[in-house]
Amino acid sequence: MTGWRTLLYKEVLRFWKVSFQTVAAPVLTALLYLLIFGHVLAEHVKVYDTVSYTAFLVPGLVMMSVLQNAFANSSSSLIQSKIMGSLVFVLLTPLSHWSWFIAYVGSSVARGLCVGLGVFLVTMWFTDVSFAAPLWILVFAVLGAGMLGALGLIAGLWAEKFDQMAAFQNFVIMPMTFLSGVFYSIHSLPQFWQRVSHLNPFFYMIDGFRYGFFGVSDVSPWLSLSIVGSAMLLVSAIAVHLLRIGYKIRG
Amino acid sequence: MPAISFQSVSKTYSTARGSFQALGGVSFDIEEGEFFGLLGPNGAGKTTLISILAGLVRATSGSVAVRGHDVQKDYAQARRQLGVVPQELVFDPFFTVREALRIQSGYFGVKNNDAWIDELLANLGLADKAGSNMRQLSGGMKRRVLVAQALVHRPPVIVLDEPTAGVDVELRQTLWQFIARLNRQGHTVLLTTHYLEEAEALCGRIAMLKAGRVVALERTSDLLQAASSNVLRFKSDGALPREFEGKARVTGRIVQLPAHDALEIEQHLAVIREAGLRVEDVEIRKADLEDVFLDVMAAGREKVVA
Repeated sequence: MTGWRTLLYKEVLRFWKVSFQTVAAPVLTALLYLLIFGHVLAEHVKVYDTVSYTAFLVPGLVMMSVLQNAFANSSSSLIQSKIMGSLVFVLLTPLSHWSWFIAYVGSSVARGLCVGLGVFLVTMWFTDVSFAAPLWILVFAVLGAGMLGALGLIAGLWAEKFDQMAAFQNFVIMPMTFLSGVFYSIHSLPQFWQRVSHLNPFFYMIDGFRYGFFGVSDVSPWLSLSIVGSAMLLVSAIAVHLLRIGYKIRG
Repeated sequence: MPAISFQSVSKTYSTARGSFQALGGVSFDIEEGEFFGLLGPNGAGKTTLISILAGLVRATSGSVAVRGHDVQKDYAQARRQLGVVPQELVFDPFFTVREALRIQSGYFGVKNNDAWIDELLANLGLADKAGSNMRQLSGGMKRRVLVAQALVHRPPVIVLDEPTAGVDVELRQTLWQFIARLNRQGHTVLLTTHYLEEAEALCGRIAMLKAGRVVALERTSDLLQAASSNVLRFKSDGALPREFEGKARVTGRIVQLPAHDALEIEQHLAVIREAGLRVEDVEIRKADLEDVFLDVMAAGREKVVA
């Protein structure tokens, strides 16, 4: 059956119809980060010997935008349609929990990659870009977006009000992305905070993603891949389970 | 095989203040091709029952099947058979009417559905709104789109949960003509409504729910005959005599008294005369479904149909 394709198409169309808000706005935000942090921190933050701070910052900002927007897509779509009541149109269909999962996560990956590409295109003018291992770039972008899309799916099912969703976004997603090494190499952190950073799966997404550009990273990309992959499997398993039991959507 | 089969369906909601039983063992079948009415006061469990049928809510116990497909175990097949018009006026603000209908078709795996979509739009008076965004439509128009969305996959069983609440007379006429035509073509229709005259005019059989139980389940014609067949109706400003307490239905100045035969009507009139009550616009009319409904719902006559 092709029902899932329609749901995927509808979810992509949903953000694309308001792309000024869902794609252009986060691109502008990332550009502002680059201009301000790149200017202010370039003198103070030491990253890799071979890489300038601005060049280091670009992949970090791209990945941060990918992750945040992938999360925003599935979570806001679900919470909106739950509150508006229009989720009933999907609930009444024969679509299976796997179809829901593929459509919501797939559309989140699409939005994450759209925004990421946009951020990359506007920030690449400020620095020299290299592509040491492009396949890693793609793998981490898709896996990271997929995991955040699945996380957004869980948050969207769980939240009953917009402020619960905002809390999830501001108290979980934002700190985890900001403290994952977007703006610095964790080697520049004190020992204690280095260890804490190693517990954050977002760190491995950004580190692995950055490896694709520079061929250097804080940890091996294979380690990052295995951790991000495991996190993705775990989050996906939870999301699929919640969809199967109709958590908070079927009384 | 019945179009819809409810088997001892119960639903208990647990809330912070304890549990609340919305349905307590509801069983009945709706046959293929029937136009079936589900009536009951607010909170009787009508919407819960329909939500369980549609898979929006899970029954605490019991089972529901649509043309032999269990709504839980075989949900995909069951939902393909069903077209549900939800009670709430919901819409997806991102899309135009045509987009919404194409997307809804796609969910059911129906491709290239524009011919049928055009027919639905024409029959529901929406032909000139196909390109409008859902947000721009009036409430009545949104209601029509809900009906169209429920029918995009040509479901053999159509479920309408109070489709005419807050809808103008014209749309009610258009809607019922269309639904009645689909029923004549073989579609089964399950309807809940607050407009009893609609149920009386359209439904071949009626089930009445009260506090989560079926309290009447009969052919509409039998239900009308079983009730007291006449009603004495008049207007009065004065206080009603004691004898009418518990019998009379009072709506402002209008008083209505059920009566089984001519003798009972004479007795009512005698009571009025003796009390010296001034009455106007006296008339005797046939009992309608509203009288039956009030009769059945009256606590004294409660009898549960298994």
